[in-house]
Amino acid sequence: MGLLSDPNRRRALTNLLTRLNAPICVVCYLAGVMWFMGLAFEPFTLRTYMSENAMGSTMVEEHFPAGERALATGREFAAHKKKVGGMPVNWLVKTMESRGLEVFTQSFTRKLPFPDENKERYLVRGTNVYGILRAPRASRTEALVLTAPCSQGNANNQAVGLLLGLAQYFRSQVYWAKDIIFLVNEHDLIGMQAWLEGYHHTNTTGGDWSPLHGRGGSIQASLSLELSSDVITSLDLVLEGLNGQLPNLDLANLFHAFCQKIGVLCTIQGKLQRNDWESTSGYSHSAQTMMLMVLKQASGRPWGDHGLFLRYHIEAATIRGINSFRQYKTDTTTIGRLLEGMYRKLNNLLERLHQSYFFYLMPSLTRFVSIGYYMPAFGLLAVILLLRALDLWVQLGASAPGTEDGLAEREQDPRFLPLLNKLVISHMTGVALYCLPVMSQEMAVQHFPVSETEAVVLTAIAIYTAGLALPHNTHRLLQGEGTEHGWRVLKLVALLYLAVLLGCTALINFSLGFILALSLVPIAAFITPPLSAAIMVLLSPGCTLLYCVLIFQELQETPVSLQDGWMLFLSVISQGILDHSLYGSLVYPLLALLIYPCWLLLWNILFWK
Amino acid sequence: MAKAGQFFSSGHTNNWAVLVCTSRFWFNYRHVANTLSVYRSVKRLGIPDSHIVLMLADDMACNHRNPKPATVFSHKNMELNVYGDDVEVDYRGYEVTVENFLRVLTGRLPPSTPRSKRLLSDDRSNILIYLTGHGGNGFLKFQDSEEISNVELADAFEQMWTKRRYNELLFIIDTCQGASMYERFYSPNIMALASSQVGEDSLSHQPDLAIGVHLMDRYTFYLLEFLEDIHPSSTTNMKDLFKVCPKSQCVSTPGHRTDLFLRDPGSVLITDFFGSVRKVEITTDTINLTAPMVHLEDTRPVRELRTEIQTYMDQLPVAEIIHQKPKQKDWHPPDGFILGLWTLILLVFFKTYGIKHLKHIF
Repeated sequence: MGLLSDPNRRRALTNLLTRLNAPICVVCYLAGVMWFMGLAFEPFTLRTYMSENAMGSTMVEEHFPAGERALATGREFAAHKKKVGGMPVNWLVKTMESRGLEVFTQSFTRKLPFPDENKERYLVRGTNVYGILRAPRASRTEALVLTAPCSQGNANNQAVGLLLGLAQYFRSQVYWAKDIIFLVNEHDLIGMQAWLEGYHHTNTTGGDWSPLHGRGGSIQASLSLELSSDVITSLDLVLEGLNGQLPNLDLANLFHAFCQKIGVLCTIQGKLQRNDWESTSGYSHSAQTMMLMVLKQASGRPWGDHGLFLRYHIEAATIRGINSFRQYKTDTTTIGRLLEGMYRKLNNLLERLHQSYFFYLMPSLTRFVSIGYYMPAFGLLAVILLLRALDLWVQLGASAPGTEDGLAEREQDPRFLPLLNKLVISHMTGVALYCLPVMSQEMAVQHFPVSETEAVVLTAIAIYTAGLALPHNTHRLLQGEGTEHGWRVLKLVALLYLAVLLGCTALINFSLGFILALSLVPIAAFITPPLSAAIMVLLSPGCTLLYCVLIFQELQETPVSLQDGWMLFLSVISQGILDHSLYGSLVYPLLALLIYPCWLLLWNILFWK
Repeated sequence: MAKAGQFFSSGHTNNWAVLVCTSRFWFNYRHVANTLSVYRSVKRLGIPDSHIVLMLADDMACNHRNPKPATVFSHKNMELNVYGDDVEVDYRGYEVTVENFLRVLTGRLPPSTPRSKRLLSDDRSNILIYLTGHGGNGFLKFQDSEEISNVELADAFEQMWTKRRYNELLFIIDTCQGASMYERFYSPNIMALASSQVGEDSLSHQPDLAIGVHLMDRYTFYLLEFLEDIHPSSTTNMKDLFKVCPKSQCVSTPGHRTDLFLRDPGSVLITDFFGSVRKVEITTDTINLTAPMVHLEDTRPVRELRTEIQTYMDQLPVAEIIHQKPKQKDWHPPDGFILGLWTLILLVFFKTYGIKHLKHIF
């Protein structure tokens, strides 16, 4: 007989399963966590290498001469910005035209769901200005983009100056095979979203923008520049984009190759690379860098203006100039040369970057782990859920033959009915958590002395906490509960639901899936009615978010007290809601509509009577 | 009249060249530069464009990424522009395919093909064939989408021989593992040179920092240097060509094959293949052409040559010609081991099931 169809053997297997279940689950959890932490250990990582043949080993000599002139242009830009009080559109158009580009503007308006602390108004109006450098001999089928944001105050003036300086230099060369678009966007991500939507003729987030009159073909790659000082000590590379999407690893390899060639200090996550991987502090340094990347990826927000390009399958990264207290400074001409070299290499591309990895984690700028190496860490955690589900299934199967036939029939239906009730109620709470905060902000503002942002966030927290009281409330409404094995069925359904959810999340955004799994899998696996409620609350998604915020601040070397951490936590929630409605970030809907109801199902088990 | 024998001692009366670059894309600039360097030398030494079939798979001179448009340089610092201003490319871009190449060699072209695209050689032609691109063990890649194998090439040359389309053939290939391409030749009168042995890669020479690509491959670079010293009346022979680019300069080991060639390589002039040399001797004596020509076939050594040409060579074993790396022999366990294993199995069988089963076997 087969292994599973022979009842003796099957009983032996299931006995083994039930006996060893808890130990195996514990071992798997520890193994998963250790595997994840081991990813930062240098011998387990691979050195980065350039995979694309077209961007091969030969370097050109860069000749960009005009760093000082770029800084002067930046100062002019700053003066005009202050005079106009926003984006100096006319000056930018005139300057770009004088450099020989084809200049176009795009105006956009965006209605925010609630005014956040930066904008402080419902309606955001702005203009993007972009100039296209046409390739002298090529047809207009492909393009590269260089962007610099027009920020408020004194930020990023040098970036715009360098952009215009590079535009002038690039214009005098004959070797461009792709059009180069120089874009200055207003209001950071909102402007970038409007420009990208206009360029690709899509309107996914409901903004209002004027159509683009000038186009350059399909965009192959893009770099976003953030430079706020005349000299820098290091360049930071930002890769994480919307929904945790990352650009092709070749872009990071290109950046690193040029940093090495030009001799500029380069960092990722703001951390320098260390050579002593054997020591504990060296290992913890790489682990911190990797944890920062994981947390940034899990948040699902774009961490630079490049983050929105990734959705259109355009490889993009942000290069940020950092001026710290080191002695050795790099001037603008060198940064210009680095960018010139990168663009000449990107110019050689014949097709989109696709040879290298799209899913990876970087413990440092020269080391990476690909999806094949980090996914088993999540797999080990997911296996726990499946093992527990199997265990429950066996238990339920064992208890059912115990009842008599007559009773068994009647037991079937009522067994699932309270389950259905709880499912529906949990999901309706989730929907309420998703919709109500934004919809009811007006009402909240009228009744309470809070600003709109605070109203939204506090409503969200209120609904979240109200969900905790649901089991008590609904017990009164529903009858026919409390079968001894009813909670097992509920737990089985919740386990499978959680497994599917976390699995799908980890496929798209590994970091988000892994962090949620870290906190949710233990409670899902070991929850039984008489478990302590406090532990459950401490491991709920909301508290996980709070811990992540605190850990993030700790890793950034700016640790905060609990008070400040709480305020940061509130602003993170408001940013999440805003990101979702402005750019289509999926973290907030995922948490509100799917993870939170799943957690509520598990919470219901606690109060099963 | 006796001197007439000297005129035809090499056996050829016209020269042809088929120069092929098989790879496209900007980063394969060096293959086009290789081919154009050989083209330039061949043209300089006298072969006219009507006798050269030049096949370039991509246009580097007019590539959008070329910072010096309309030029293809072979030396760093742009000393030598091999594109010149009188280049005549016969097969360009996507026309360079395996099929077209083989059709050019064998002459099986549709009637509408113009003369410039045909190899109109006869049995007195010496043909130079130069191939460059990306290759491997036994194949050469055309255009990133197809390959020609060494067997196909050998068969094409055999067809050329059967149709008397060449007198002697010089085959030069500059790719990785180039020696594998001439392993399978079996037609007579072919001499072959390659830039690297099987298992070795041919390396590129120098990058140019202004253009941003490698300009030439090493073997062809040194070949070009060698050829620059040749002029139409030089008497350098093939043995010097074999010495071009030793391992110290080329990093790979160039190879050559002369077993199918009937003349001694030391007596073969470079200009027999690379140039188009007419032997002219001014004489002040009058030659009486009204008397019928006396066939000197019995005395002329050419006769012997001709009968020898008509015998077919046996295909020699490859290992004798080319010093390949020894193939890894699979490890077999010693025979006694297998016998012992079976004995063990039988013993275990009989122990478990008892000796009574023995009667079932015997």
